[in-house]
Amino acid sequence: MWHSGLLPVIVALPFAGAVLAALLSSNARNAEAWLAGTVAASALAITIAAFPYISSGGVISHEIEWVPALGLSIKFRMDGFAWLFSILITGIGLLVVIYARYYMSPKDPVARFYAFFLAFMGAMQGLVLSGNLILLAVFWELTSIFSFLLIGYWHHSQAARDGARMALTITGTGGLCLLLGMVLIGNMAGSYDLDVVLASGDIIRNHDLYLPALLLVLVGALTKSAQFPFHFWLPNAMAAPTPVSAYLHSATMVKAGVFLLTRFWPVLSGTPEWFTLVGLAGLSTLLLGAYFAIFQQDLKGLLAYSTISHLGLITALLSFGSPLAAVAAIFHMVNHATFKASLFMAAGIIDHEAGTRDMRKLSGLFSAMPITATLAMVASAAMAGVPLLNGFLSKEMFFAEAIEEHQRSLLDGAAPYVATIAGAFAVTYSVRFIHTVFFGPKPTDLPKEPHEPPSWMRRPIELLVIVCLVVGVIPALSIGPLLHAAVVSILGDRTPEYSLSIWHGFNIPLLMSFIALTAGAVLYWLLRNYLRTCEEGPPYFRRLKGQRIFERILVTVSWRWARALETVLATRKLQPQLRLLVAAAVLAGVWAMWGASDLLPSLTAHGLDPVLGVLWAIGCFSAIAAAYQARFHRLAALILLSATGLVTCMSFVWLSAPDLAVTQLLVEIVTTVLILLGLRWLPKRDESTAPKVDQATRMRGHRDFALAVAAGVGAAMLAYFTMLTPRPSSVGDFYLDRAYSEGGGTNVVNVILVDFRGFDTMGEIVVLAIVALTVFALLRRFRPAEDSALLPYQQREQEEYDSVRDDRVEDETLRDYLLVPSIIMRWMFPVTVLLAAYLFIRGHDLPGGGFAAGITMAIGFLLQYLAGGTRWVEDRLRILPIRWIGAGLILAALTGMGSFLFGYPFLTSYFQYTELPFVGKMPTASALLFDLGVFSLVVGATVLMLIAIAHQSLRIRSRVAKGGTEGGQN
Amino acid sequence: MELVIAAAIGILTTSGVWLILRSRTYQLIIGLALLSYAVNLFIFSMGRLRVNAPPVLDGSAPVDVAAYTDPIPQALVLTAIVISFATTALFLVVLIVSRGLTGSDHVDGREG
Repeated sequence: MWHSGLLPVIVALPFAGAVLAALLSSNARNAEAWLAGTVAASALAITIAAFPYISSGGVISHEIEWVPALGLSIKFRMDGFAWLFSILITGIGLLVVIYARYYMSPKDPVARFYAFFLAFMGAMQGLVLSGNLILLAVFWELTSIFSFLLIGYWHHSQAARDGARMALTITGTGGLCLLLGMVLIGNMAGSYDLDVVLASGDIIRNHDLYLPALLLVLVGALTKSAQFPFHFWLPNAMAAPTPVSAYLHSATMVKAGVFLLTRFWPVLSGTPEWFTLVGLAGLSTLLLGAYFAIFQQDLKGLLAYSTISHLGLITALLSFGSPLAAVAAIFHMVNHATFKASLFMAAGIIDHEAGTRDMRKLSGLFSAMPITATLAMVASAAMAGVPLLNGFLSKEMFFAEAIEEHQRSLLDGAAPYVATIAGAFAVTYSVRFIHTVFFGPKPTDLPKEPHEPPSWMRRPIELLVIVCLVVGVIPALSIGPLLHAAVVSILGDRTPEYSLSIWHGFNIPLLMSFIALTAGAVLYWLLRNYLRTCEEGPPYFRRLKGQRIFERILVTVSWRWARALETVLATRKLQPQLRLLVAAAVLAGVWAMWGASDLLPSLTAHGLDPVLGVLWAIGCFSAIAAAYQARFHRLAALILLSATGLVTCMSFVWLSAPDLAVTQLLVEIVTTVLILLGLRWLPKRDESTAPKVDQATRMRGHRDFALAVAAGVGAAMLAYFTMLTPRPSSVGDFYLDRAYSEGGGTNVVNVILVDFRGFDTMGEIVVLAIVALTVFALLRRFRPAEDSALLPYQQREQEEYDSVRDDRVEDETLRDYLLVPSIIMRWMFPVTVLLAAYLFIRGHDLPGGGFAAGITMAIGFLLQYLAGGTRWVEDRLRILPIRWIGAGLILAALTGMGSFLFGYPFLTSYFQYTELPFVGKMPTASALLFDLGVFSLVVGATVLMLIAIAHQSLRIRSRVAKGGTEGGQN
Repeated sequence: MELVIAAAIGILTTSGVWLILRSRTYQLIIGLALLSYAVNLFIFSMGRLRVNAPPVLDGSAPVDVAAYTDPIPQALVLTAIVISFATTALFLVVLIVSRGLTGSDHVDGREG
């Protein structure tokens, strides 16, 4: 038996091919074609091999768990119907690949073409083989995206870009509706599994949500299959290269809509709503598409409208709800794919060899390309529904179904007439296509001298035309078994008796065919002179363009309304935004706490601690003073801010949080230095020269103050009352209990960080690394404002002093500046390194750890920069912070992954105690290695940020005073 | 003790919020720093205030959970300190670069 594991393979194969194709050189035309051809041929061969099992009514499925809790799985499922589509997708795909090899010009970047083409093939395969509703919606959207890329392949052309965008907007919107519909259906059926859904048709049809789900699914299907009123994207998509049109707009993409309708036909069809909605869309599309097709002057435009019309025919058949109609629909899908693909390819050849697709210029090409002409004639005859060709058979079945009564209504009564008139129109445009292009006088002003194409460009058409003929003459022997397998998989027990013979005797359908053929031919004869010269588009409807309406709606919604809404609701100023945010936060807090007075605790506070009280009196004073001074006295504000930070730090010591105190202290140092470095780039601001504060600004200040007080009071009350309630039991107890026995460390906070919650720490250090790299990148192209570009005032003073004094050389004062402190700082380096090592090693058991150690180490480097100046340090010590970051990240990740080797999840740690000489017993958990990664990363990130800012002064300096002076304060 | 810390949180929040609503980028940075102190203290206080009970075990089993303060808020605050350091650094550089680009230290990049 065919192995079910091959199902994911035939979906994944084209995607893998796409990646390979993208990697090949962009002008490797033969290699690309061979690659794409091999992929398509292998997928086709594998699919064909499944036929013996499929034809006996078997269903192959293969499931890979994805998110089982949500009912999502990657399930592929192949029954007769999916098999038939898979054959169409890979088979016609193969032919189009061969055709495209000759069609695409050497100037086109073919790597992109084949990569998109194969990816689209994969998406289609996934769509038809999906066994899960959500997966189906995902592949559905993928086809929209890849078709967008394919239609816009010649992106230098405005028409291609517009066509692609319109196709994506419409089919993408449809796809979103489909996703919603799928979710609704999944809810009704209780599962997203296609098998379950197909078996719960009765539940779904009688469910309250049936109508919304039906509407959503229909929007998806009708947009994809270009059904009225969403049809207008298809003619615009003709800006795509012809192989794309031949593939997407005949056999695959547009067929996805009717595929979906057929797939869910057993579940959704048979209700009056289904008949009315689908029938109305189908019959009007059938008629309008055919009518519009007659009046096109562009060959591909004619084919596009004809495609729309034929898809309307299939939709109409599906709407009837009778099993026989469903058989005819499936049959016509296959027939249409064969003759329309060959016609598109023929149109491409004409365009390629004659240089134009305009039917007003084309004429009498038969003598130039007799073989292509013959092939096109047979294919058009199939399109028109001429006997002995496949198109005739399914059209006959359609006529037979149209005269049956399904649901008594006006629509049902009109069906036979609509069918006959549309049939006549189809004959008219088919005859017109052939007669205009191949007969009549010799062409006069063609861009190129027309001749037959390379023979391999014609082979795909020849093959398809042979299929049309064979199916048309001996249907039961050729397509019969394939069709039967597909029909049984959709209809199951309801499979009707049907006969695939070409002669059913003299009956009404035959009469309708006869009327259509005659009337169509006569209509062409009457219209031929008008059509030879008329402008593009049908009379009366020429002004009413779906495209124009679509664009107007798009502009209104996405531009006018958006702008209007923005002026009403939004502001580009930061302050009002923040004000609203704070106000919203305060209101949310009040709302949540309103009336919660019964939750107030009854516990009394601990006595007022005088030391803490004095500390915070200083801290609060500093905070208020910092807020007051931040505008004009930046340095003072910074010092006051640091004072508050130190008080915070001491509170941590006081309140049993030594780890926090250590970290806060170190971070405080680095932050202060960082901000000091930044001060230099800010504009001078002097209280005495500040503009007078006007009334409005003062009012704003009062309002902000009130807001700030509200926020502060709220936060204080919340904190106070929470602190007075007894602490509920928390996971903290769990960690306290297990830290030593399972984490191997006595410092619980550190064990939590590097062991229990190691993954959080991993994320945190990644954030740190990203911030450091962002800082580095932002500053690489930094240009200071003009008034900051000069040397700082103090340095200028010092230089000036040097230059006026004879006994001093320039820069001497600067070099000697802060000499004693800088010597001490230099000497402190080994001490700092030792402190870092100490903090690191004891981290698992006592306050410290990789983070604190990393910052300490960074401060060590930083002191050297402060003491010696950037140049001096970098002449002696090369720090490569990005390597430190990289090494740290890799080490942390590898340590985490080490646990995989022993079969444990990511970041499971292992520990034991080792005896080190001189140091003594030391905990050596694998978490220590992880902590080492943290250490290395923190050093790298901190140093990178500080150096990046420090280097700016150096850059400016070398620009201001050419000649390179050394050192100086940064 | 609780009253002092709660008052501190309140005053730090007030100063911080007032500053982040100002128009100069430097005020914003100082405001964010003050606000982050307040928030860190707030998170920390959710584990209740304990004196002389640091979550550093003495290595004996079984562990008397009641003898130690809650380590969870501490671990959270430790992370918060690191992240607020990173954001301060990032804001500082954005401040510097935006001042270089626009020539103004107004939060909107232009006066008014």
